[in-house]
Amino acid sequence: MKEIHTDQITQAVARLCVESNYYLGDDVLSALRAYREAEVSPVGREVLDQILENAEIARDQQMPLCQDCGLTVVFLELGQEVHIVSGDLNESIADGVRQGYEEGYLRKSMVTQPFSARVNTRDNSPPVIHTTIVPGDRLKIIVAPKGGGSENMSQLGMLKPADGREGVINFVVESVRKAGANPCPPIIVGVGVGGSAEKAMWLAKHSLLRKVGESSSDPEVAELEAEILDRVNRIGIGPQGFGGLTTALAVHVETFPCHIASMPVAVNIQCHSARHKEVVL
Amino acid sequence: MNLTTPLTDEVIEQLRAGDKVSITGVIYVGRDAAHKRLVAALDAGEPLPFEPQGQIIYYMGPAPAKPGDPIGSAGPTTSYRMDSYAPRLMEAGLKGMIGKGNRSMPVREAMQRHKAVYFGAIGGAGALIAKSVKKAEVIAYDDLGAEALRRLEVIDFPAIVVNDVYGGDAYEDGLQRYNRER
Repeated sequence: MKEIHTDQITQAVARLCVESNYYLGDDVLSALRAYREAEVSPVGREVLDQILENAEIARDQQMPLCQDCGLTVVFLELGQEVHIVSGDLNESIADGVRQGYEEGYLRKSMVTQPFSARVNTRDNSPPVIHTTIVPGDRLKIIVAPKGGGSENMSQLGMLKPADGREGVINFVVESVRKAGANPCPPIIVGVGVGGSAEKAMWLAKHSLLRKVGESSSDPEVAELEAEILDRVNRIGIGPQGFGGLTTALAVHVETFPCHIASMPVAVNIQCHSARHKEVVL
Repeated sequence: MNLTTPLTDEVIEQLRAGDKVSITGVIYVGRDAAHKRLVAALDAGEPLPFEPQGQIIYYMGPAPAKPGDPIGSAGPTTSYRMDSYAPRLMEAGLKGMIGKGNRSMPVREAMQRHKAVYFGAIGGAGALIAKSVKKAEVIAYDDLGAEALRRLEVIDFPAIVVNDVYGGDAYEDGLQRYNRER
């Protein structure tokens, strides 16, 4: 059985919090450049240029891409042969968040009791942690800070099985239309279809971890992704909502079997500051 | 078009949805929790921490400044969350709002009634926008952390007019122009 010390986890999480907030992934940058070339709206092109310039400034000046450094979402893939030693796994991750947000000059955006006090916790804790137990003796940690503006545009639809494929497409397209300029387009549309209500939402968020521009490995799902992307980019919302062809850089769909009565569809929108970094211990 | 704060009605009347502007001068920064307190102060008949007449409020909560910098990343937050507060502040003399995303009809009507404009800044370009901020200070509600009320001095702050005083809306214009669904 492999042992992993909680200090290692804290250090890794702290580093990933900073790196994810400073450096936009090459996949996102490539997609932004490609859409910049294809965009016909002059304002749209200008906005995309500024988003690319912003990424350069953040990288060179070592500062966050966006002032909203997010709620810290952490996905763990924990090998079943790993033994975590010297402390509490979840607490070691929260410590990493506290450390990373302080040392990296990242904004602390978490507040306590949501419906009343709403006092800032001043260290961006607690993170939201999703743990999956997998075979093997490794621990994969993915840190994915999520901004409030795009997260607020999430939608869950408990569709009827009779609504079918077209029902899924329409629900996603209407969710994007309703979101309009709010989630900082160009966006990446995360979609979860199937499972239960919470499983569908997990799938939608998890799909955002995939590289932008990479299709689903399931040809039928890949075809659905392409069709939704085309439909979404026909709306005309464009970069930052000022009109144009670039509303979404990608649509990612993940599916799971579901109950005979159900067809849950979850939409989790990601802004262009699509941040996530990972490490394997 | 270059704008200098405070804004006058004459200048505001010249602005049209879609115009690119470059703002120089003092602007105030407040978002959700600060708006709640500003409107509570107005309701209680108390003075605001700043004189709103002719001023601009920027919906933003900055990242912490590194040593030697005036501010950290400083892009706009989504504006609709301030919709229930905005008309009260326009009544009190506020002339401009900077944020991102769509406003409600009551807010757009209040802009026409009180001669105020809504500017869109580029969401997620916080590092770029920070370059136009020369000075920043917390003037009230320090306990709110990132949500404290701030006073900024900006030079050539880049924005686009989203809603003008004639009912124009740059987002609606953009949709009309680029929609390809039919």
